[in-house]
Amino acid sequence: MTDAGKEVLEVSNLRTYFPVRSRGVLPRTIGQVKAVDGVDLAVGPGETLGLVGESGSGKTTVARSVLMLVRPTSGSVKIEGQEITRLSQRDLAPVRRKAAMIFQDPYNALNPRHTVGGIISAPFKIQKIEPEGGVKRAVQTLMERVGLNPEHYNRYPNEFSGGQRQRIGIARAVALRPKLIVCDEPVSALDVSIQAQILNLLRDLQHEFGISYLFVAHDLAVVRQISHRVAVMYLGHMMETASRKVLYSQPLHPYTHSLLSAVPIPDPARQRERNRILLEGDLPSPINPPSGCVFRTRCFQAQERCAVEIPPLVEVAPGHKVACHFPIATVPKSVVTEHQAHELAPVEGVPVPPAGPDRVVPA
Amino acid sequence: MVGRSLREIVWARLRRDRVALICFAILVVMYLLAIVGPYLLNALGYDPYTFDRAAISNSGGQPVLPNGGIEFPKHPLGVEWGTGRDIMAQLLSGLRISLIVSTSATILTVLIGTVVGIVAGYAGGWTDQILGRLMDLVLAFPFLLIVLALSGVMTDRLTAMGVPEGNTSRVLYLILVMSLFGWPYLARIVRGQVLSLREREFVEAAVAMGAGTPRILFGEMLPNLWAPILVYTTLTLPSYIGLEAALSFLGVGVLPPDTTFGAMLANSVSYFQVVPLYLFIPGGMLVLLVVSFNLLGDSLRDALDPKAIH
Repeated sequence: MTDAGKEVLEVSNLRTYFPVRSRGVLPRTIGQVKAVDGVDLAVGPGETLGLVGESGSGKTTVARSVLMLVRPTSGSVKIEGQEITRLSQRDLAPVRRKAAMIFQDPYNALNPRHTVGGIISAPFKIQKIEPEGGVKRAVQTLMERVGLNPEHYNRYPNEFSGGQRQRIGIARAVALRPKLIVCDEPVSALDVSIQAQILNLLRDLQHEFGISYLFVAHDLAVVRQISHRVAVMYLGHMMETASRKVLYSQPLHPYTHSLLSAVPIPDPARQRERNRILLEGDLPSPINPPSGCVFRTRCFQAQERCAVEIPPLVEVAPGHKVACHFPIATVPKSVVTEHQAHELAPVEGVPVPPAGPDRVVPA
Repeated sequence: MVGRSLREIVWARLRRDRVALICFAILVVMYLLAIVGPYLLNALGYDPYTFDRAAISNSGGQPVLPNGGIEFPKHPLGVEWGTGRDIMAQLLSGLRISLIVSTSATILTVLIGTVVGIVAGYAGGWTDQILGRLMDLVLAFPFLLIVLALSGVMTDRLTAMGVPEGNTSRVLYLILVMSLFGWPYLARIVRGQVLSLREREFVEAAVAMGAGTPRILFGEMLPNLWAPILVYTTLTLPSYIGLEAALSFLGVGVLPPDTTFGAMLANSVSYFQVVPLYLFIPGGMLVLLVVSFNLLGDSLRDALDPKAIH
C-alpha cells in the first residue's frame, strides 16, 4: 500500500483467466472464466490479511495465483519485492522457501502413502536444506511445536483426526520459516471446536516466527478472529479493504453490508429482530460478467450509472478502500451491533492445545 | 488404533488367507526348483540332454517300461519317446526357461507400462494424446500373427546384434515381443489412476514446496500406484507363462535339445493314445503354476482393496 519495498506480498492488477474450450477433436477457446479480474492487495510483515467472499468469488484462485500454482494471465506478484510471475518453476524454487501454503482439505493435502515424518521433512529434502541437528530432529521439534506427539513420526495420515492432520500441514508449511503463508480456507473443513485451536496455533506461530498470512476464508467470524486487515472479493473483483475493526464496524460497500448481515447472531430474539439484507439471484457467470460494477445485478443500491461505469477502488479513509459509486455511509443497526462484535471476538476459554508456553494474546 | 503401513496391513491380511499362503509357498518352491533344481539333479546324476538308449526299444523308440518308462530311481517320471531323455530333468530345465521368460517379460512390461502411464496421465494434453494413440496402435496389432511372422527375422537380427546364437536369441525375442505387446494394458490402468491422483491437493502441496516433476511423478504418485501395479503383475505373470507355452507349442520358442512346457506338450500329443501321462506331467505343472499365480493375485487384490480396510 504505502512503502512498496516493505510489503512481504504485493499483488497488483492480478488477472487469472481460465480458457473455456469447445469439446471435440480440435478444441478451440470459446471463452474465458475471469476468476480473478484485476485484484490489488498487499500484506505487510507479521500481518494477516483476511480475504473473504462467497463461493466462486475467486478468492481461492487469488491464493493459488500468488504461489504460481496457477499462472496468472497478467499482473504482478511480488514476494519481498521480487517479481515472480515470469519465473520458471525452477527459478521459483528459492521463492518457495519464503512462501508456503496451507490447504483446505486436510484429508487430501497429505500423501496417504507417506509417513508424517516424511511429509514434514519434505520441504527440507526438496529444498536440500540440512537443519542443525539433522532433519529428523528438526521435524520432531516442529511436531512438538504444533501440538503433535513426536513419537508419531512413523505413522500415516489416515491415523490422525482432521485437526491433527491440519497441524501436520501447518508443521510442513512453517518448516523452512517462511515469511509468508497462504492459507486457503485452513479451518473450513474442521469442527468449530477444533477451528479455534488451529486459529490460535496459527496466531502463536505468527508471533513466534514473524510470519505474514494471506488468509482466505468464507467464514466472517473466523476471519475476524485472525485478521489484522480484511479484503472482500466478489466475482474476481476487490470490493472493499479495511482494517478489521473498521470493516466490521463501519462497512461501506453494499456487498460487505449484506455479507455481515448474513452472520448469524447466537441470540434468537435479536436474530429475529434485525433486518437481514437478502441478496437475490445467483452469482453471475464469470465467463460473461455484468457491465460496469460486477455486483450491480444483485445490489439493492444499484442505479443506472453502475451499469456503465466500473467503480474504481478508491481510498476513502486511510487504509480503507472501497469500489462503489454509492457506498452506504451510515451503518444500519441491524448489520453489526456491539453485541455481535462481542460474540465474534476471539474465543477465550476454549481449550488451547499444548502449543507452547509462550502464547501471546494479541491486543 | 495401531499405526500400520500399507505393507503391514496387506501382510496381516494375507497371513489370514490360507489359499494365498499355499499358493505363495508353491511359487516359492517353484522358483527355488527353477534356480537350484537343475544343478541338484545334475549332482544326483539326472541330465536333460543325455540319451538313454537302454530305456527305449530299438524299433520305434517307445519306452521299454510301462507308463512312459517310469523306473525308480533312474527315471521317476519316465523317459522321452524316441530319445530316452529323463522327463523329470527336462521338466525342471523347462520350468527354468519358462520362469525366466515370463518373469523378465513381466518386469519389462510393468516398467514400460508404469512409466508411460504416469507420464501420459500427468502430462496430459498432446503427450497424453500421442501416447494414447500409440497404445491403441500396439493393441490393434494381431499379436500372434506378428510373433510368428517376425520370429525368424528378429531372432537373426538379435544374433547379428551380438546376442549368442540359438536359444538365447530365441528366448530374448520372446521376452521382448511379449513386453512390447503387453505394456499398454498396464499403462492404461496407471494413466487412469494418475488422472485422479493429480487432482489431489498433495500434488499441489509438492509443487508449492518446489518439487520437480520427477519427484512428483515418482515420489508422490508412484507410492499411491503400488496396489494396482502389484495386482497387475501377479495376474500378468501367469498369462505370460501360458503365452510362452503356447508359443513354444507353435514352435516359436526354444529349440531342442532345450525344452519347455509348451515344447513338451507339443511333443507328447503324438503319443497321447499310448502314454497319456507324458501329456499330463508338463500340463499339470503348467496348471499348478498358473493357478497359484492367479489365486495369489486375487488374494492380493482383495488384501489391497482400500474399501475393505478395518
